[in-house]
Amino acid sequence: MSNEPVMAAALLTNAVGLHARPSVKLTQLAKSFSSNIDIALDAAGPWIDAKSPVKVMRVKAASGVTLHVRADGPDAAAAVSAVVALIERRFDEHEADATGAPHG
Amino acid sequence: MVELALTGRPASPGLAAGRVHRLAAAGGGRVPSGDPVVEADDLRSAIRHALVAVETMMSEVGGEASDMLGFQAALLSDDELTRPAFAAITSGAAADEAWQAALAVEIAGYLASEDEYFRARAADLEDLRDRVLDALNGGNVQPTPPGSVLVARDMPPSRFLAVDWSAGGAILLVGGSASSHVAMLARSRGVPMVVGLGFDLDAAGSEALVDGDTGRVVFDPVPASTSAFDSRRAAAEQERATLAATLDRPAVTRDGTSIAVHLNIADPAELKSLDPAHCDGIGLVRTEFLFHGRSGLPGEEAQFGVYRVMAEWAGGRPVTIRTLDAGGDKPIPGLTLDGETNSFLGLRGLRLSLRHPDVFRVQIRALLRASAYGAVKIMLPMVTTPAELEQARGLIQQEHLALKAVGQMHGRPPLGIMVEVPAAAVAIDLFDADFFSIGSNDLTQYVTAAGRDSESVADLADPLHPAVLRLIAGVARFGREAGREVSLCGDAAGDPAVIGHLLRTGLRSVSVAPAALGRTKAAIAAVDLRAPA
Repeated sequence: MSNEPVMAAALLTNAVGLHARPSVKLTQLAKSFSSNIDIALDAAGPWIDAKSPVKVMRVKAASGVTLHVRADGPDAAAAVSAVVALIERRFDEHEADATGAPHG
Repeated sequence: MVELALTGRPASPGLAAGRVHRLAAAGGGRVPSGDPVVEADDLRSAIRHALVAVETMMSEVGGEASDMLGFQAALLSDDELTRPAFAAITSGAAADEAWQAALAVEIAGYLASEDEYFRARAADLEDLRDRVLDALNGGNVQPTPPGSVLVARDMPPSRFLAVDWSAGGAILLVGGSASSHVAMLARSRGVPMVVGLGFDLDAAGSEALVDGDTGRVVFDPVPASTSAFDSRRAAAEQERATLAATLDRPAVTRDGTSIAVHLNIADPAELKSLDPAHCDGIGLVRTEFLFHGRSGLPGEEAQFGVYRVMAEWAGGRPVTIRTLDAGGDKPIPGLTLDGETNSFLGLRGLRLSLRHPDVFRVQIRALLRASAYGAVKIMLPMVTTPAELEQARGLIQQEHLALKAVGQMHGRPPLGIMVEVPAAAVAIDLFDADFFSIGSNDLTQYVTAAGRDSESVADLADPLHPAVLRLIAGVARFGREAGREVSLCGDAAGDPAVIGHLLRTGLRSVSVAPAALGRTKAAIAAVDLRAPA
């Protein structure tokens, strides 16, 4: 790709962070784009493949952290804005607890 | 057989008795071919087989179980999970060994997490591991007879879903966690479960009595134990039926007086299993849970997100959110003082928030913003003087203006106080609050000078002491005369032996723990306010 990668960041505000169900939603969304899409806890990396649920779960991103999103490819801009929108919509989790598991 | 009684951690409530069924560990029985190509083919086909099984189960179950299986399917379809196993096979490992080793690394990563939720996900990976091993071994899993008490070291969700629970039964785990998917499924299906029993599996005997409320388990009970258990179970069944019938009806005393019953919420996860129609709103949200995370004090966005979810859950019913009530028996690292000689009489509640306006302002902004999404009310804890209330009101006004200046959507929620310091209860007419909520636990300990944490004076800390009841009556009367709402939150409201006395003080609104909701409504229905106490 000759183009610069598209980057953005969003605050993880759902109550339990990037846990099982949000991770699955994120990777499913990422896979609907042809660009390479990565996430990171720091703008300097390390960058993690947003299409791999195994890798995304390894990040163990907790609520309140800033998630950086980077995409590289033909639909990079659309991919980044869709991922940021998903994070900002708190993964469409309407329940009080995004996982169903108690955490207290 | 000798009776053996053990106590573990309760993970799902209820009583059950039944025959013990031990879950065999997966694995064993497969003879490796010695050919890497055959081993890789076998593993590929076992993974495909397991994935089909997971996807079939997903379409059969709904809701939470389906989401959990969706997570397993996503992991199983990810090359990142399977690649190390195929690499090991290429260098000569047998399919089952390679798979076990690859999953062991991934599972260890989850177990090393500080977050209990992530640790509990290790059971999902163990589940995946065992599904694939079962497929490699030809899928020889012995079925569980209905009504069994399942005994295992730990238990994967797939085993739970494979059992017919309609005939009853229970789950006993040597290890396990109350946060696991299995515990969640057990709670939603009403299957009693006890974890962390820490015994030798072979000691389990052949019959078991399980008390999921207390965590007590009796193996091979003597007849006297069985009959005592049976009569308790019959009584519990009856009580459950009565409570279920009262839960969706409004709380009304025998003489026809309506009582508002709200919920005390300490963790937003509790709302998931609750129906807002069963209560008159949330009478107390303890916000301390937000301040115990690993990542330090919560930011405005994180707080706003949680408050908003609660406001939306209540669907227009009031949601009374108490500002941070740290200190006393609830220390928060970096915020509360260490080593106060008497922390219950020290820097706690609103006193602490006013000392840290930077932290307090963040919470105020999140509350103002969330109040645009529902009937949020702000409640201040441990108010002692009217000046403290006015100081908090000033900060709220400033944050309102700041949000307005930047065009941020927000509301102007009512501002009320907890009445738990005797000084406030005695001079209640001096406090210009929109509403009052009596905190019966603290009010009782301060009025009787008998600490909540001290067993030796527990009998003195009595909410029925006439002094406590007179203070409550005084606050209720002032509320009626001044047109301010008065409610009571605390353990006293959920105690059937106490609720009648509280209502006789003139109180018409209470807030109780979710588990006490049915019990409280049933106790209210038994009160006749026309009869003398």
